[in-house]
Amino acid sequence: MSERANPMLAIEGLTIEIDGNRIVDGVSLGVETGRILAIVGESGCGKSLTALSVLGLLPNAARVSAGSIRLGGRELTRLSEVELSEVRGNDAAIIFQEPVASLNPLMRVGEQVEEALLLHRGLSRAAAREEAIAIMARVGIPDPARRARQYPFELSGGMCQRIMIASALICRPSLLIADEPTTALDVTIQAQILDLMRRLRDEVGSAIVLITHDMGVVADLADDVCVMYGGRIVESGPVDAIFAEPSHPYTRLLLGTIPKLDGIRKTVLRTIEGMVPPAGAWPEGCRFRTRCPLADEACEQVPPAVAVGASHRAACWHVDRLEAMA
Amino acid sequence: MSVAAATSVPRSKRDGLWRWWPVGIIALVVLVAILAPWLAPYDPNQQNLLGRLKPPGTVSRSFHYWLGSDELGRDLLSRVIHGARISLIVAFASVVLSGVVGTTLGMIAGYRRGWVEIAVMRVVDVFLSIPAILLAIITVAVLGPGIVNVIMVLALTRWPRYARIAYSQTLSVANMPYVRLSALMGAGAPRVLFRHVLPNIVGAISVVATLEFGLMILFEAGLSFLGLGVQPPTASWGAMLSTGRNYVATAWWVATLPGACLFVLVLAVNLTGDAVRDRLDPRHR
Repeated sequence: MSERANPMLAIEGLTIEIDGNRIVDGVSLGVETGRILAIVGESGCGKSLTALSVLGLLPNAARVSAGSIRLGGRELTRLSEVELSEVRGNDAAIIFQEPVASLNPLMRVGEQVEEALLLHRGLSRAAAREEAIAIMARVGIPDPARRARQYPFELSGGMCQRIMIASALICRPSLLIADEPTTALDVTIQAQILDLMRRLRDEVGSAIVLITHDMGVVADLADDVCVMYGGRIVESGPVDAIFAEPSHPYTRLLLGTIPKLDGIRKTVLRTIEGMVPPAGAWPEGCRFRTRCPLADEACEQVPPAVAVGASHRAACWHVDRLEAMA
Repeated sequence: MSVAAATSVPRSKRDGLWRWWPVGIIALVVLVAILAPWLAPYDPNQQNLLGRLKPPGTVSRSFHYWLGSDELGRDLLSRVIHGARISLIVAFASVVLSGVVGTTLGMIAGYRRGWVEIAVMRVVDVFLSIPAILLAIITVAVLGPGIVNVIMVLALTRWPRYARIAYSQTLSVANMPYVRLSALMGAGAPRVLFRHVLPNIVGAISVVATLEFGLMILFEAGLSFLGLGVQPPTASWGAMLSTGRNYVATAWWVATLPGACLFVLVLAVNLTGDAVRDRLDPRHR
């Protein structure tokens, strides 16, 4: 991943502060065209902030204090608000997790799909409508011309998510950020949406950043994975390597929490002890050490990311002692 | 028609037209106001001191008081017809002016946050802490009385109401994913505000505006009563109501007639506001 030549999105040493607390601390990652990078972690680990910072839309209190974000070779952190609004929706688009709430209840869905076209391409209404209907057909909306005239409340959650995807993709962005795109949908619809995203990645050729806490979705869809904890990337690598050989205690525990169908029955479902500490209450050194079974004095220093395989890195002092974990 | 067919008929087709009768009332009042010189049987300011405070139906000299006369023997029907002009102009103009200014400022404060929010909302607090009538009196005392000044004064004192509502509604709407998403699609603040925020808060604003409409007629009455509004002998419903109050015990019709007109008009405006609000929500169509 980040070692390859020219990633579409390259984040280097990104640090985001809220009230002096480093909510995101030195995050580096890269995504290439036509690949899907999953950012995985618990709530509050900074994965959404990292993604929002790409579009320059952080909450008011948050600011990028260090690092660089390059999209197609263009530095985004130094762009003005006007320049950023050129990028948003055009070069980079985002899909949220609540598809129904992500649509304006008072606008016909067709108009909402068209919006990015009207903003960035200066098309006429009629031309924009034609393109909107075309892309709605591509994301699997039956009878798109009729659907385009309907309001969000007339559509199901899955349909709304398809509308969202259509409006995000209509300008053919080089980067698509999907923030928990399937969390609010039921399982069958989830599978359809994941299918759709896989198909669109191949057809549109966008680089996709997938933010999720669902390891099942990761296994299903991602090419590469970044595991975040406490605002830092603790492990990154190709999806197969992460699942075959998780090399950070946190990743191991995270994978251990997924119930398995082929395992021994009547075992207690594993959980990770404790809670994610609130921002600002993170321990010095390795931020996972308060919950980590392998923690010792070495962990009071920030661990470097060490290579544990091809393109596979883990930030832990004890990568050689992982077998000691149950 | 079968039951199933009846329930499948859209709401708008079922109870659409009768809901709009208040609009008919408003249209009627507007029409009367426009055609006042032709509709009024007499000059509204022509006095007849021998025919003071005559009950409806009295004939005195050349006058036939269909709806009675006031304390100077002026024909009440003619005055009510002419007074509709002033009341409507003042109420509409001040509601539109204060509504546009207040809503715009409130939306900007709620969307931009930061120092804009602090600046706008503290000014709103200041305005709301000063008794409106006091502020109005001071302003008119400086600017001088007259219908344009009355409108300005009312707009100046009432915009904070709209700003408050628009601000709080914007705060909640601005956090909706579709508003954030629109910004993430590259829409600038004006587009986000007018295309996404305004349509979603206009229902609440219109309810406030219809309530304010009635209040504005009464405020104009109060100012006129204090000699700061429309100057006598010009008729306005509010001014007639104020003076008629003095004679309620002896000549009920002087205050009752403009009062009844006021009541019906304000009711019609409020009901129209309800209907408009429902109409703006596609779920109710």
